[in-house]
Amino acid sequence: MTDINGFISSEIKDNEVVLFMKGTPVFPQCGFSGQVVQILSYLGVSFKGVNVLDSDELRDGIKTFSNWPTIPQLYVKGEFLGGCDIIREMFEDDELRAFFKENDIDMMNV
Amino acid sequence: MAVVDMIIKKLEARFAPEYLNVTDESHRHKGHAGSRPGGETHFWVKITSSHFDGLSRIERHRLINDCLCVELKGLIHALTVKAKTPAEAAEAENK
Repeated sequence: MTDINGFISSEIKDNEVVLFMKGTPVFPQCGFSGQVVQILSYLGVSFKGVNVLDSDELRDGIKTFSNWPTIPQLYVKGEFLGGCDIIREMFEDDELRAFFKENDIDMMNV
Repeated sequence: MAVVDMIIKKLEARFAPEYLNVTDESHRHKGHAGSRPGGETHFWVKITSSHFDGLSRIERHRLINDCLCVELKGLIHALTVKAKTPAEAAEAENK
């Protein structure tokens, strides 16, 4: 368990934008993960996708780590931003763009 | 009791919502990971309650997740949430 927490901590420390998801950015294996990939891609934000289907330990570990029961989960600069609903609502209300801008995250398409 | 009724009962008791609509969307996820024969795995919750006043999106979701934590560990595979305050709901109606 310590190992998986260490792995998650280093992923969110070493990468500005990390999406814990089912499948990969190219082949999402869940509609909710796919929606977040689409939003990030639309804005042109580069991110690291971590496939929680790689291990049960990771799949359960990220839920405990974030105290959040579902996948996907988006981390920006080490902070948990939310799951699919929150990211989609922020995107629809144009808050996501503002959030990335405030946090100096590059958006290639904006 | 059907899962959807259990969700409604728990949310009503916890949030005394002005508006609550829980939809079973499992049929839209047939054959996907997490779906079971008979459905009752994927749900949509629309809820308006003054309990959300002054709370961020994450805080609202966390309250709902806590309220349904037992179900989320087993029965519920996916939960889509739209949580508004009464003021936000009124604003959306007037748009």
